[in-house]
Amino acid sequence: MKAKPRSLLGIEPLDSRQILEILALAKRMNPARPRLTLRGRRIALLFYENSTRTRTSFEIAAKSLGASTVVIHATTASIEKGESLKDTGKTLQSIVDAIVMRHPSSGAPVLLSRLIDIPIINAGDGMHAHPSQALLDAFTILDHRKSLQGLKIVTIGDIFHSRVARSDAHIFSKLGARVVFCGPDVLLPDVARELAPGVEIVREMDEAIRGADVVMMLRVQQERLSGMQINVDEYIRRYQLTLSRLKLAKKDALVMHPGPMIRGMEMTDEVADCKQSVVLEQVLNGVKVRMAILATLLGGKR
Amino acid sequence: MSTILLQGGHLIDPAAGFDAAADVVLGEGRVLEIAQPGQAKCAADETLSVKGLVIAPGFIDLHVHLREPGQTHKESIATGTAAAAAGGFTSVCAMPNTRPINDSPAVTRWIQDEERGAVVNVFPIAAATLGSLGERLSDYRELKEAGAVALSDDGKPILDDHIMREALALAARVGLPVIQHAEDTRISHGNPMNEGATSFKLGLRGQPPASEWQMVERDIRLASQEGGRLHIAHVSTAKSLDMVRLGRASHVQVTAEVTPHHFLFTEDSCSSNDTRYKMNPPLRSEADRDAMLAALIDGTIDAIATDHAPHALFEKEVEFDKAAFGITGLEIALAAAITALQHTGKISLPQVVRLLSANPAKIVGLSGRGTLAEGSMADVTIFDPKKRWTYDAEKTHSRSRNCPYDGMQFYGKVRATLVAGKIVFSEL
Repeated sequence: MKAKPRSLLGIEPLDSRQILEILALAKRMNPARPRLTLRGRRIALLFYENSTRTRTSFEIAAKSLGASTVVIHATTASIEKGESLKDTGKTLQSIVDAIVMRHPSSGAPVLLSRLIDIPIINAGDGMHAHPSQALLDAFTILDHRKSLQGLKIVTIGDIFHSRVARSDAHIFSKLGARVVFCGPDVLLPDVARELAPGVEIVREMDEAIRGADVVMMLRVQQERLSGMQINVDEYIRRYQLTLSRLKLAKKDALVMHPGPMIRGMEMTDEVADCKQSVVLEQVLNGVKVRMAILATLLGGKR
Repeated sequence: MSTILLQGGHLIDPAAGFDAAADVVLGEGRVLEIAQPGQAKCAADETLSVKGLVIAPGFIDLHVHLREPGQTHKESIATGTAAAAAGGFTSVCAMPNTRPINDSPAVTRWIQDEERGAVVNVFPIAAATLGSLGERLSDYRELKEAGAVALSDDGKPILDDHIMREALALAARVGLPVIQHAEDTRISHGNPMNEGATSFKLGLRGQPPASEWQMVERDIRLASQEGGRLHIAHVSTAKSLDMVRLGRASHVQVTAEVTPHHFLFTEDSCSSNDTRYKMNPPLRSEADRDAMLAALIDGTIDAIATDHAPHALFEKEVEFDKAAFGITGLEIALAAAITALQHTGKISLPQVVRLLSANPAKIVGLSGRGTLAEGSMADVTIFDPKKRWTYDAEKTHSRSRNCPYDGMQFYGKVRATLVAGKIVFSEL
């Protein structure tokens, strides 16, 4: 049996038992009924990249467990003056009990976890991982399905730049789902197939979506394209989720999106607002799951 | 001048076709005599017992970064050459990406000045273009007179076809090789690792293998038109080797070197986000690594060179995509070659020695070196091919410790290094 993880750096190092434990704990969490599990604990939210959803979600989660939080933005800190991640981490280590971190460089939380001794919770690193999002996505699906075993989960769009797609693929794969990626060559290289067991690539959206239990739409990350050319009209024509395309999926298929969602680009208004969309549930579930993550990593011991 | 007798050793001198027990007498900075064991005629002032050890021509590293002038927080000529001596290298070819760039006879001479405190021979490689900007050629004739043994803009490739053509043509006229760091930076974008399944998994942007081999292909084509000698630095992809084979088949004078890390490791080593595995060219796929081994066996690769690239901790202990490229390697090159190549039965010990001495000497035209034939320079490496040992980066002679070999077990250890007949490193 693997040791209880002290940090949450990604989904890949977890086994399905650890994942299900966190998800089971999340079921018992409710931000409307605060707990004192982490009373007196201090959690730094170290954000090198802007984020509304994830930062707010972690902040509410931490406070709902009785912890105090401090938000540090790279642009307002000594980081902007050139301080290294190592020194920022060492400084924080002496005054907080854990660091929730978002960073534009893939692997940055792995580096920090090697350099300091307090738990690091990866709130998104570059194109690499976004484990809390993956956990809340799995949680949201499990709200509607008994298990992920055998489900067909299709992720459509800009897979290459998406840390969510990578972490989702790991968690869905570990929980027994079929993971189908769909997108254009430049945003979905063939090597994506090797990401995790059970990952398939289907280039045609209609074919990818046929019979799906879950359709996960991704935003085209214009800010990370760095020279890649995307023809927007062509992209919309081939990869936008419309009501008629959604009909190809199972009747009760869930429509998901990690946000921020660009209406009219990856999905139409009608789909965004349809009954099958669980996008807003994802947001609420995010707080519960992050409470469970923090309680698992920090709770119980001091 | 004192003379020294190396007694009881096994001489491997591939250039002379020698692989047998022999006593070697050194004096006046030269090899005075090679004799049957116990039969030396020259009298020696000093006798060094090297029983059970291999006596080889001093190793020559075609590719080191000594960081001086300008970046002595990483390395100096004194510390870098001390590491070279510990690794059995009696000569190192110093890349020009110093500060200032070595594109002038003044810097070329400064590097060779006695005051730098080098303990092994330092042969400067001068910048092929002024400031290594890839725009205007430096003065090859003057640089050669000042002591440059080759031309290269290492770290930066010469992208412009026309400039590369001119560089090859002018270098051919003055009789120097052009060493190309083959990387089309318009495709590689300075990305931190090889492009493939591993980079995708890690969420890191990758350098496609084509960014190397397409440049090798172009350079060989230009060399076939302009003549002259082209040397491919730190080759890392299977297709680059195919290009070298094709070039040779059509009689282009092209040679290639490989680093120990490119025949030891693959891109998988980057999975832990350990920046000690970040270098340029990056570690490639398993198929590429296997192609390096095959090319060492079939002779497509001429030399093992370290690309010794020291960096301070603060330059490496950062996010993977921000970390400096490069690792140190002078102290483990022989051990890496013996462990991965000879110990596994892929190539013989004389072949290992040839890759580290005779061949590199020929590539940069170091006459009297790379062999221990009578009359040649008394640059000697003495090593124990069977000795099992563990590399400890804390004990390095280099100023930097940025290497992944720390704690690794190797076979084959350098026991003594002599430059011009003088002991510069000894564990005897």
